[in-house]
This record gives sequence, C-alpha cells and structure tokens, in this order.
Amino acid sequence: MFLCDDTTIEFTPQPGAGAPVWRGRAPSGEELKDFAAAAHLAGGRLAAIWGSDERQRDGVFRLHCVFGLDRGHAWVSLDMPDDEARYPDLSGIFPAANRMQRATRDMVGIATEGGDQRPWLRHGAWPADWYPLRHDAVHEAGMGVGFQNFPSDYDFVQVGGEGAHEIPVGPIHAGIIEPGHFRFSVIGERVLRLEQRLGYQHKGVEKLFIGAEMAHGARLVGRVSGDSTCAYAWAYAAAVEAACRAEAPPRALLLRSLMLERERVANHLGDLGALGNDAAFAFGLTQFLRLKEDWLRLNHQVFGHRFMMDRIVPGGVAVDVDAPALAAIVEQCSAIGASVKKLRTLYDEHSGLQDRFVTTGVISAALARELSLTGMAARATGILLDGRAHRQGYTPPPPYAALGVRPVTDERGDVAARVAVRFDEIFESLRLLREIAVGMVSGETRVDVAPVAGAGGLGVVEGWRGEVLVGVRFDDDGKLARVHPHDPSWQIWPALEHAVMKDIVPDFPLINKSFNLSYSGADL
Amino acid sequence: MIPLLRHIFRTGILTEPLPVADDGPRREIDRLHDEILHILGRALTIREVDAGSCNGCELEIHALNNPYYNLEGRGIKFVASPRHADMLLVTGPVTKNMENALRIAYDCTPDPKLVVAVGDCGCNGGVFGESYASCGAVENVVGVDLRIPGCPPTPVALMQGILAAVRKSK
Repeated sequence: MFLCDDTTIEFTPQPGAGAPVWRGRAPSGEELKDFAAAAHLAGGRLAAIWGSDERQRDGVFRLHCVFGLDRGHAWVSLDMPDDEARYPDLSGIFPAANRMQRATRDMVGIATEGGDQRPWLRHGAWPADWYPLRHDAVHEAGMGVGFQNFPSDYDFVQVGGEGAHEIPVGPIHAGIIEPGHFRFSVIGERVLRLEQRLGYQHKGVEKLFIGAEMAHGARLVGRVSGDSTCAYAWAYAAAVEAACRAEAPPRALLLRSLMLERERVANHLGDLGALGNDAAFAFGLTQFLRLKEDWLRLNHQVFGHRFMMDRIVPGGVAVDVDAPALAAIVEQCSAIGASVKKLRTLYDEHSGLQDRFVTTGVISAALARELSLTGMAARATGILLDGRAHRQGYTPPPPYAALGVRPVTDERGDVAARVAVRFDEIFESLRLLREIAVGMVSGETRVDVAPVAGAGGLGVVEGWRGEVLVGVRFDDDGKLARVHPHDPSWQIWPALEHAVMKDIVPDFPLINKSFNLSYSGADL
Repeated sequence: MIPLLRHIFRTGILTEPLPVADDGPRREIDRLHDEILHILGRALTIREVDAGSCNGCELEIHALNNPYYNLEGRGIKFVASPRHADMLLVTGPVTKNMENALRIAYDCTPDPKLVVAVGDCGCNGGVFGESYASCGAVENVVGVDLRIPGCPPTPVALMQGILAAVRKSK
C-alpha cells in the first residue's frame, strides 16, 4: 500500500488523467480511525468529509472521508447499516473534522460517537430529526409551506474573568461581504478568543444536485462560490470524467488552465487592493480595482463572461479562443505585470502599511499542518503544497504536469506573508498564462460524456484559495445521485480563529481579508 | 511619498472619457451618474445585504467603486448600517437562515426606503429557487421596488437599476 503496510483497507487508483486519487473502503469505524491516525502520522491532512444516503441501492448510509497525502488523495468510505450506528470522532486526530462531522449529521443524519454534537448548518429552519439529503426527505417548496423557521440559540464557549466581555458581530457585516457571525471575547482591545458561527449562506445546494441532469449540475456547481466558479466547474468536470471514463482533449485542458489562472489573478488583484484599503491606504484599492476591472473586461471579451461562469463543462470547455484573443491575453499579462510590479514596490516601501501587515495574524507551519490547511494560506506559512506543482511522489494532472508551476511560499505566516504570496502568485500566473497562450495546441475543445449508471468520481483542483474538491456519483438512471462540493474555507475558517488571538479587534478585518474565505462555499 | 504621488499622477483620472475606441460603456456611465444626481440632487446611501448569494453579485457590487464606475466619488455611498441607508441592495436567494436578519435590517432602515433585488437569485430564486433552506426571491421576504437580473448583473446594469429605482420613487 502507498501509505502504511498494516492498514486493512484496500485501495484502487481512480482511472483517468485527473489528480491522483485512490479509493478504498474501511471495513469498520475502528479501521477508518486507524487509517486517519496513520495518515496524520505520515504528515497527511483531512481534505473532506461528507455523507450519502445509499439505502435505495445498497441499503446503507455511507460516510466519505478524503485524506490528502504526499502522493495524492485517499478517498475512504465507511458503510453504516442504519442511522443508529455511530462512527469514531476524527476531530481528535484532525481538528478540521469537527465542522464537517457536524454538517454531515445535520444533512444526512449519521453522527459521531461522542465529540461536539452542536448543530452546524441547521439553525432551526428545519426539524432536528429531518435530514435534507435523505432520499425520503421530501419537502414542499414554496413560501408559507413546509417548516416553520425557528432560529435557535447557539452554545458559544464563554470566556470569563475580570474585564472580559463579548463583541458579537454579524450575521450582516459592515461591508459588502457575505453573512456570518463572529463572537469575540476580548479584554480591552485585545482578542482572547474568537468563535465563528457560520451556515447563514446555507441554501440547500447539495439537495438540488440529487436527481439533476449532469449538465445542470455543472451550472449549479459553478455557483457554489462565485469567486471560484472556474475551480468548481473544473473539479466537477474532472469528477464526472473520472466516473464516466472520459478525457477532455488537450486544447480543452489548456483553456481550462487559462481560465483558472485568470480567476486566480483576478481574486489576488481585488484582495491586494482591499488589504491596502483595510490598512487605510485607499490608493491601493483604487489602483488594484482598476487593474482588476481591465482584467474582467478582457474576460468578457474573450470568454463572454466577466467571471467565466459556465465555460468549463464535463468533457471540455464551452468556449473557444482564437489567435487574436490569445495575443490580447499575452499583451495584457505584460501590461498588468508591469503595473503590479510598481505597486508592489509602493506597498513594500510604505511604512504605515507594513506596520499593519508585519507580525499581524500569525499562523505557524505546525498549526497549519494540524488544521489541514491548503492553498495560499498554507503556503504563506512555508508549507510547499500546491496541487499544480510537482513534489516528491506527486505528479500534477495535465496540463500542469507539463507547465512546470513554481509554487510560492513565505515562512512568516502573517498578513505580510499572505500579501507577499499573493503578489508572487500573480507573477507566476502571468508567466503561466503567457506560456499557455503561446503554447496553445489546436484540436477539439469538447468530447461527449455519457453518464455511467452508478459510477462515482472525485475531482481535485487547486483554486486561488486552495484545494477545491468535488465528489460525484450517478444513480441508475444516469442522473446525479449525490454531489459534494468542498471548499478549502472549511479548513481555513478555524485557522482564522487562531490567527486573531492576541491581536487587537481593529486588526480583525485586515486578517480576515488576508484570507478572504468563502462563506457560501462552506455553507452550501 | 514622491513615488506614490507620481503613480497617482501617471494613473490619471480614469472616470473621465479617454480617447480609446471602447468608450461606449464610459459614456453610458457618465450619463447614468448625471441622471442619478439630477434626480436626487443630493447623495444616495445604500446598505448592501447579502442574504444568501454565491458571492458573485458582491464581486460586481464591489466593482461599482472602482475608478471606472466611481459610484462613491459621485455621491452614491455604501454605508455600514441600515439606519444610515436610503436603499437596501439585496442579493439572494434569501436563505432561511438569513430570513430573520434581512427582516431586521429592513425594519431598521428608515422610511421612505427603497429595496432593490439584485441578481437572478434575488429576482426569482435563480438556480437555487425555493426549498427547505431557501426562501427564493427577495420579494418573498421584504417588499421590493426594483429587480436587477443577471448572473451576476454587470456594474452598468447595477447602475441602471439603481437609477430606475430612484426614478420610480419620484
């Protein structure tokens, strides 16, 4: 076996050209827990947990755990005979399991033995003994019918002591941002503890996938988190292609990477501006938003949509790009690159800005590993982890295998590190974009994909925020039986709770923005 | 400081018409600005409420404040509290978990107030529709004066919608 010799779980590689995934079935909860412990010992991380109701087909509920390992992902499932059965709480091994396990209980009704039993996504809009993702969970849609909405109290952890008090923030925040609740426990200005309560964006996305056509699934998945629409659409397409043994043509893969890198640059540009603004440097916001607008306008011109929604589809891409458009992309990369280079010098030399960035919101590499962080947040602690780049034992999926991505890291772990990583990732993505555009191959942009009854697959894509996973399974009629989209924010949100500790309340917006996590992506 | 000023100087004022071929949308932006302020003759304050969006609409609402659209520079401001707002700009679908928060924000906004539903989801529930977790359109929860469709609506569409809502209220 590729991880440890003594595991009883048998793994088989997922077919196809996507990111390397091995599938296995744990015979018992104990063996799942043993595997999780071994994965943790080997430096692995928890990538996702979700549940599915397989009673119609196999007579069981199924728990899915995905672990990120050196060589790729291990997708382990555990069958549970009924909803009375319990599985071992994995949050002692991987703290990131906490919220995912609670969400799995809220959605499918399979729970851990012990551990945190507070609801996560269910705030009181549906009864505690009704589980949305069960096949028999019918609900009459429409206003005024169905369940009464009783927002419930939430059992926040209280901090006591002389001078300690609480600052509740949200769900509606002061800016133009998504809703969520933050409960700060503070003494004076200093943050002792932050506890998040999310789930306000829960709009039942996973339920909508059940029974949907494959093509409609692509539209839905592109709206799980709008700022990562390309990453989600690609991960979904990769999962479907793995399930149906289809392969997107080389030109389609290059066009997908063109869109994914443009999505990465757009988000980094916007966030770098907002970070300047949160440190009272409005100049930064104006300058970066101007560059972002130029960037989005070219997206519209080339791909027909400013955020390239619905352009990546199972089997390939739904848009083709001609030579003048590719030339325009190359030209824009040079122009934007030159501007960002100048702005970086201004950011680096601005003492007021650096005073806010440096040593603020620190996360150590050890903590990042403990919390299973991926993406930019992990790389800004010095962890060399990028699904697009080669590492020992791991070959990235095409077209990245041939592109030679140079992952960017910074060991400081603070806001300044995340700013630096974003700057360097822009430059790296601009380099990649030029290479992709210049080396574009001709050929088909799409192949037909026929759903395979009962088949399943897992797609993994390195989005701008981190690792985006989508698990897919078809039913016997070739419709979608279950789709689970997983946002990297699941793992990074708890890291934010750690990052603000000992900093002051006014630094929170800055620290928060340096991650810019998705609420919608994790609330589903 | 000198390099900073130099950069600002070299960037110039982007909100003015530039001698480029693509000045179609720019003229439209100027016309919209003028018309909004002609009707208002004063400032308009907007409280944006995300009641359950995928955050795509928020990306475009953010863009309204970039130097090309420069909404804030023309007296139309996004404010932090509904108590300071003339208009609620609501993105949807309204989730069940946000239903109460949206009602509270609506009640906190002083009369006379305008409510604009943004995006396909805000207008009619979009791909998410109505379900156990979603109330669907904004108008299912609070009264709506105007709808701006799109997935997401472009910044120009957003400005046109804001203008139409203001004009309608006259």
